[in-house]
Amino acid sequence: MKGTNLGEFEEVVLLTIAALVNEAYSVAICDELEKSLGRPAKLGVVHAVLNRLEDKGFVKSKLGEATSTRGGKRKRYYTITNGGKAALIRARDLRNELWSKIPELALKKV
Amino acid sequence: MKNTTKAHPPRWATKVLRWYCRRELLEDLEGDLHEYFTRNVQQHGAGRARLIYIIDVLKFFRPYTIQRPGFLKLLTHWIMLGSYIRTSGRSIARNKLFSVINIAGLAISMSVGLLIIAMMSDLLSYDRFHQKHDRIYRVISQYEYNGKKDEDIQATTSLKAAKAIKESFPGVEDVAILKRDFGGDVTADETTIPLSGFWANDSFFKVFSFQLLQGNARTALKEPFTIVLTEKSAHKLFGHTDVLGKVVKMRQGEHERAYTISGLMKDIPVFSHIKFEILGSLSTREVTEAGNDREMAWDNVWGTWAYVLLEDKRAAPAFVKNLVRLSEKEDKSAKLTHIALDLQPLDDIVTGRNLSNPIGQTMGATVMWIFSAMAFIVILCAGLNYTNLSIARSIRRSREVGIRKTIGAQKSHVVNQFLVESLIISMLALVAGFGLFLLIKPHFLSIESSLRELLVLDFTPRLVLMFVLFAIIVGLAAGIFPAIFFSRINAVQALKNLSAIPMLKGVTVRQALIVFQYSVSIIAISTTLIMHKQYRHFIAYDLGFTTENILNIRLQGNKPELLKKALLELPEVMGVSQSLMITSIGEFYGTLMKNPKEPQDSAGVHFNAIDEHYLPLHDHKLLAGENFKGRGSKAPESEVIVNEQVLKRFDIAERKPEKAIGEIVTVEGQDLTIIGVMKDFQYGRANNRSGNTVIMRYAPEQAQYLNVKILSSDWPETYEKIESIWKQFDKVHPLEARFYDEQIQAGFDGLKASMKVGSFVAFLVIAIASIGLLGMVVYSTETRIREVSIRKVFGATELRLLYLLSKGFLVLVIIAACFSLPVTYLVFDRVLLPELANHAPLGLFEMSAGVISVIAIALLMIGSQTVKVIGTNPAEVLKVE
Repeated sequence: MKGTNLGEFEEVVLLTIAALVNEAYSVAICDELEKSLGRPAKLGVVHAVLNRLEDKGFVKSKLGEATSTRGGKRKRYYTITNGGKAALIRARDLRNELWSKIPELALKKV
Repeated sequence: MKNTTKAHPPRWATKVLRWYCRRELLEDLEGDLHEYFTRNVQQHGAGRARLIYIIDVLKFFRPYTIQRPGFLKLLTHWIMLGSYIRTSGRSIARNKLFSVINIAGLAISMSVGLLIIAMMSDLLSYDRFHQKHDRIYRVISQYEYNGKKDEDIQATTSLKAAKAIKESFPGVEDVAILKRDFGGDVTADETTIPLSGFWANDSFFKVFSFQLLQGNARTALKEPFTIVLTEKSAHKLFGHTDVLGKVVKMRQGEHERAYTISGLMKDIPVFSHIKFEILGSLSTREVTEAGNDREMAWDNVWGTWAYVLLEDKRAAPAFVKNLVRLSEKEDKSAKLTHIALDLQPLDDIVTGRNLSNPIGQTMGATVMWIFSAMAFIVILCAGLNYTNLSIARSIRRSREVGIRKTIGAQKSHVVNQFLVESLIISMLALVAGFGLFLLIKPHFLSIESSLRELLVLDFTPRLVLMFVLFAIIVGLAAGIFPAIFFSRINAVQALKNLSAIPMLKGVTVRQALIVFQYSVSIIAISTTLIMHKQYRHFIAYDLGFTTENILNIRLQGNKPELLKKALLELPEVMGVSQSLMITSIGEFYGTLMKNPKEPQDSAGVHFNAIDEHYLPLHDHKLLAGENFKGRGSKAPESEVIVNEQVLKRFDIAERKPEKAIGEIVTVEGQDLTIIGVMKDFQYGRANNRSGNTVIMRYAPEQAQYLNVKILSSDWPETYEKIESIWKQFDKVHPLEARFYDEQIQAGFDGLKASMKVGSFVAFLVIAIASIGLLGMVVYSTETRIREVSIRKVFGATELRLLYLLSKGFLVLVIIAACFSLPVTYLVFDRVLLPELANHAPLGLFEMSAGVISVIAIALLMIGSQTVKVIGTNPAEVLKVE
């Protein structure tokens, strides 16, 4: 059984899928990531991450309608599952908790 | 814009993607790539977009995208495998001619391939038994004097450099130092035997993994006058190996010294490039050579091998910089001299480039490349036969393929079937080739003496595995082209109409292959003939003096006088002379000479030190003056005989021999009077350019050899007599006597060996090409048998038919000749032979004999088959229809 922890890039991708709602398929996710990260997101990387997220049960996917733009090939749309949502919340909570532990002065000095 | 909308991603890349990608991932991934492709077309243009697409397809080849072979698919292939093997077996059994030609051809070529593999495997296992082999480096030097760099790089370095590296360099764990010429006649108790080896320092057993059976590895070679024996030497000397602490005496030249045995080591592994019988402690030399300032001279780079054990092998490049700094510092100690130092990894010593002053036999990368290239060409020729013949007989197999395809075989099944067939043939060839390999192995090893010393060619499981792997590769390579060819056959066409099969499609390719094979054959045979001519030319070369019936006996430290007297008493012995060395066999002795009239001009000359009988015995011609007169050996050297080249080089007496008599020259600081001028002769080997200026010095006391002129009708008996005389004088060393002519021949053993290898390869290539051609002729005449019959019915003469059938093949062979002859001629005439001094010119015979014989063999092959076809009764052929 694979671990169910969420890597940093995985988290970003998962958030993007959630943000795109019904339009989350690989190319769109790449474009959105590029916009928010400010650097190009490689399809190869994203594709591998999507595959892994699906393996971990954080997203599920289904094929959409065929269009002419993609050589007649259908898109695979991703939607976030309950497990994915829980993982995101867990990740945010962990962060908040860590943030709250930092005394205000400690960061000001840096 | 029009172009961009029509642009398609490369179809083959999509095919690749579809081939490897898992079904469930394929569709959207293909879509994604397509979407990016359209985007890239607009941004970067179609060409760039295609490139990106291809790269992306290759980049997506990852563990999670690759489809696992489906169970069903796998099962079909398994079930079919049995069928493939069965049908292949049947096909091999049915087409006996095809099978025999291919198995024989492949077996012959494979035996050579196996030989090379076994050789490589041997060579690559050299020195790997040292545990730290990857961290050991040898220091090598290049000598430069007065701005003139030596062409050769020395495997040796100076003792000074070796010690400096050991003492003062960072990153060095240890340095093993070996120095040449330790050995002599060793006496223990009653036995005296000659043993030879090296001086070695106490780091020897720390750097190398030679196993010490008795004694302490750290201290064994520390003290002066200590030695280490190998088990074998200890057995020879004592008869047992319990020798630690025993004292032996060793006579080395003039000196006899006592040494204590401080260690006994296991015999040296076969695959060690360093071989010896005995080691003496290097610290001994600090005592014995105390007054010798050459011992630690920076420019004395010819006698010491230094093996550096680095702490970290990655530090080697940085280490070389330290060596450069060392050279800069030490160059000042030797006038006009620069010594460049470098490192050579231990693992490269046997297989790397050839260095001067090697410590033991090496093979050298060039020879390995040549051998591998020849093996490759031979295997290529045999592989081409297979490919060629498979396609040539496609007419017979295409119906089979058609039926297979009709009942559901896919392309991949047909490919597999034909690959299985070629694999079975290559495995059968491996078995036959292995037998041949065993047959030629001893012959190969005896080609040259160095091969026997270097190689064992024994079997290891690894070697067997490599053989099988090799056969698989050969089988696949030979079979892949026919397999693809057959898999493309259209089933409907194949079943409907045989003649519609695109048999002719491969014709030009096949013709090109035949031309290639025959070109290789002709080049191989002409090369061999040319080498043969050079060899004959060199061993019969007129050296300028007589070598006939002269037996050279090495004195091995014995005093010549008594031996000489005893030999002269034999009736067969016509005369005996003494000499320091044997000329014309590759030995060189050099010294510096000056013309006192031009003190600025000094030059190296070669010399031989002889007695008064030497020149007449060898029929050296004196142009002026006279021979040496016998005198007591105590008298100082005062006379010299020079050759014409010396007069030319030093411009003595207007270069006139008569006038030169009485002139004075200075050799090694002594003034010598020229008493004779001799005709020029070949001092080096016949193929050597250097050694033109030669002087003869009178020094019988320096003699190393006796030159015995023998006139005998019963040579074995004479030899026995000489041997029994020898035994009276020297009980330790066996007689070393060889005829001069044999020694000269031995100097060209290298050429002889390449000649042997060349003729063997030529034979193989011609044999393979011939049986290949035979197969081709058989199939093509078979397909034309009906045509021949009809022509015969209409009254064609047999000669006309013969011409018709053989024309096509003959033209190919002639094209091959037209191509290969000029190539061979130019390569030898312009490139290779000019490198060889005093070579024989290229003759018409060597150039034409090869072509004529190859064409004759080809004619025989073609003729025998065509005559058979022409002889058939047309009625029998035509009534079938």
